[in-house]
Amino acid sequence: MREHVTTALAFLRNTWRGLTSMRTALVLLFLLAMAALPGALIPQRSLNQSEVDRYFREYPELAPILDEVGMFEVFSSVWFASIYVLLFISLIGCLLPRCWEHYKQWRAKPVRTPRNLSRLPHHAEKTLDDTSVDEAIAAARRRLRGWRTVEHEEADGGRSISAERGYLREVGNLVFHFALVGLLVGLAGGKLYGYEGQVIVMADGSEFCNSGTYNYDSFRAGLSVDGTQLSPFCVKVDDFDVDYQPNGQVGSYRVGMQYQSGEDLTSNSWKPYTLQVNHPLRTAGDRVYLTGNGYAPRFTVTWPDGQQRTGLVQWQPMSPQTMLSQGATKFDPPGVTDEVQRRQNQLAITGLFAPTAALDGKVLSSSFPDLLDPAAAIDVMRGDLGLDSGRGQSIFGVDQRMVEQGRLQRVARENVRVGEEIRLDDGTTVRFDGVERWANLQVSHDPFQTWVLGFAVLIIFGLGTSLIIKRRRVWVRVAPHPESGESPAARTVVEVGGLARTDQAGYGEEFARIADDLLGADVDHSPQPRADAGTARERKS
Amino acid sequence: MPVNETLSNYSDMAYATSVVIYIAAMLLYFGEFALGRVATAAKAKETALVGAEKSAGSTGAKDVVGHVPSQPKRPMAERLGGMAVSMTVLGALVHFGSLLTRGLATERVPWGNMYEFGSAICLAAVLAWLIVLFRQLRTARREATPAQLRGLGGFLMLPVTLLLFLSGTVLYAEAAPLQPALQSYWIVIHVAAAIVSSGALMFAGVASVLYLLRSRYENNPLKMTKVGSRLPTSQALDRMAYRATVIIFPVWTFAIIAGAIWAEAAWGRFWGWDPKETCAFIAWIVYAAYLHARATAGWRGVRSAWINVLGLAVMIFNLFFVNLVVAGLHSYAGVPGS
Ligand code: HEM
Repeated sequence: MREHVTTALAFLRNTWRGLTSMRTALVLLFLLAMAALPGALIPQRSLNQSEVDRYFREYPELAPILDEVGMFEVFSSVWFASIYVLLFISLIGCLLPRCWEHYKQWRAKPVRTPRNLSRLPHHAEKTLDDTSVDEAIAAARRRLRGWRTVEHEEADGGRSISAERGYLREVGNLVFHFALVGLLVGLAGGKLYGYEGQVIVMADGSEFCNSGTYNYDSFRAGLSVDGTQLSPFCVKVDDFDVDYQPNGQVGSYRVGMQYQSGEDLTSNSWKPYTLQVNHPLRTAGDRVYLTGNGYAPRFTVTWPDGQQRTGLVQWQPMSPQTMLSQGATKFDPPGVTDEVQRRQNQLAITGLFAPTAALDGKVLSSSFPDLLDPAAAIDVMRGDLGLDSGRGQSIFGVDQRMVEQGRLQRVARENVRVGEEIRLDDGTTVRFDGVERWANLQVSHDPFQTWVLGFAVLIIFGLGTSLIIKRRRVWVRVAPHPESGESPAARTVVEVGGLARTDQAGYGEEFARIADDLLGADVDHSPQPRADAGTARERKS
Repeated sequence: MPVNETLSNYSDMAYATSVVIYIAAMLLYFGEFALGRVATAAKAKETALVGAEKSAGSTGAKDVVGHVPSQPKRPMAERLGGMAVSMTVLGALVHFGSLLTRGLATERVPWGNMYEFGSAICLAAVLAWLIVLFRQLRTARREATPAQLRGLGGFLMLPVTLLLFLSGTVLYAEAAPLQPALQSYWIVIHVAAAIVSSGALMFAGVASVLYLLRSRYENNPLKMTKVGSRLPTSQALDRMAYRATVIIFPVWTFAIIAGAIWAEAAWGRFWGWDPKETCAFIAWIVYAAYLHARATAGWRGVRSAWINVLGLAVMIFNLFFVNLVVAGLHSYAGVPGS
């Protein structure tokens, strides 16, 4: 039994040691990179569902297998998470002892001067005339201001200074690694408490309020968000301006809007804002972005009994170059109480909309994305739209099943311009009244993103410090020249040795400068022609 | 913001000229490399074995780089090398002119699409190379003679001219104003940092590839003798690759973070695993692994050099594959007609 416990403990200890070793961290880093790779190569659900669908169509055999192992949601998959969790455990396990270690080093004195300085990677020596040991050591002390130093008396009447510098390197290193951990925690916080919603708002003074998830067209909630406590604010979209270059390229988008949050909600006052790409509205801890735009044709239907309904629904741009759009504007017959009657007389206006019409015969296309000469090529469909079937359907089209079953029929097909009207067989008229623009707004909330930014800044500073600063040592030994005897004009031997404790070259020059200052410019401070001259690596794990 | 046609034409002409000059420089480098045998091959072998750096002695020490040497009696190889460096400097100046006029013609930073971006990366790589060359001449403690160091030149100019050629043909885009998504001061910060790091990492990658060749030769002088014997010592190559990577790694980190800050304003989230983000992350991890490997026993030398080469491969993949093949948010930075 005892034995079992000891083996188990030994096993745990070895696992821990193994996990926190540099080599393991290295392997985990590689694994993480490899694990992220499919995320770049295979379409991801979170980014582009339609690409994923296409992938399923193109590789019907392969796709389900990939799906099984989470290849379409790499970044939320268990194996991806387990790699980075292991990495971070390894990191923390590596960091804590290093903090302690560094604290001890920080308190400790620089190591004693080695007996034989000439065996160090950097070395210089000279006999100075008319300089006493005291003077030489004082000069060295002055030169090494800013270094951590300690002085020793030596047996032969000489004295020495050990100096070390660059402790901040390790501090930077620790800051960098801890900031990585902090960044990950901040990221996780955002996933828990953040949310993101999409909504299309007509640019005709329509309002949107962040009062509940049902106001959104789509909504993605963080794990701890139930949608009841969204940051309260409202926006009103007054107009939408696009400035097009002659070649159809967009110069700029501007959404003229107003918003209210906080106090303004109770006093019902509005503040103006111009929403642009790269300039989100930041209010009430949320951000509002412009992520898309398009056209909404306005149709008015007049039934034979004189009742009128106007429909204004966003149509979907099919190409950003021409803004040719497709969609369906759907109507219930007004004042019909009988369910069956109502279901047989629903109307849908579907087809294409071109902001700048280009007709090839009767085929409509668009030659320019701006609203220069709008026209629509529409089919008017009458019958059962299938809206009550319980099955969801696209707002940009009609349910083709209803068409196939003959329950929805085309009653007119025509190209219309603004102001033109189509008369149906039963006397109903459909008029194309005009066009509005719509803006797709995204509302995002992430209470942790300033933390993430803070840690990102720390990462850069930590990295910079740890890569720029060099940990290095220098020793100065001063001794009376053996032949100077008792003469007052003392001759003194000054010896300087140096060692860089990090993997970075470049200490040679600093050492040369120190040696020059202490010994005069004409000494030979040769680096030793060894394979790894000038470096002694700190970590050997 | 109309585009100034005259200036943009000058820019195109300067671009083509710089490619021609670079090709000439590359040929000169390789010329020196090939002829170098007479002067150095025999010694280089012994150099490699002894590990000392003092062979090829007095020659290049007093060279003024950028100045076509006129003393008589200089070996042909040396003269070619000097000319190669002069041509590189000239090429870089013309190349810079090309980017400058592009920027003036469009009144914006000259890195708004992939053609311009590729061009700027190449300029950054060439400048990184020139900086290394000049620093090496200045420092007292040499790891390689100028002639040996120049052996690297041709191998750097090869990918540079290839990338420039590709950018100038397949990826070429007419001078045009920026699209709305790119109208932000972050394009100056984020993309400039990405360019500088890509250029420097390209240099580091080439140095690591050569390190691999050279260390094969050093381990067994019968292998790769022709190429290996003329390259700088493996120690010098390793150190160049390491220093370039170490200096640029924080910049690369900064480029990614600046991208994230920009993405927060432009795309509604600071990180979303867009293909380019993912690849940037992978490249970052690989370079972090390289730096760690250099400090881990058993991974120094050949293994860490391979990691650096892998890093370069990820960068190139990121540049081409992600921009051209995968549809992502970065794609608009793109290519004509897409
Ligand atoms: C987390 C966010 C981001 C990351 C990690 C990121 C990463 C990168 C990387 C690695 C490059 C170098 C490209 C290469 O090697 O091919 C690059 C270039 C570029 N980035 Fe970003 N970026 C981010 C956000 C953005 C944003 C928000 C924009 C603009 C709206 C942007 C615009 C550009 C442009 C224009 C280039 C020039 C290169 C090209 O033409 O591909 N980036 N980015």
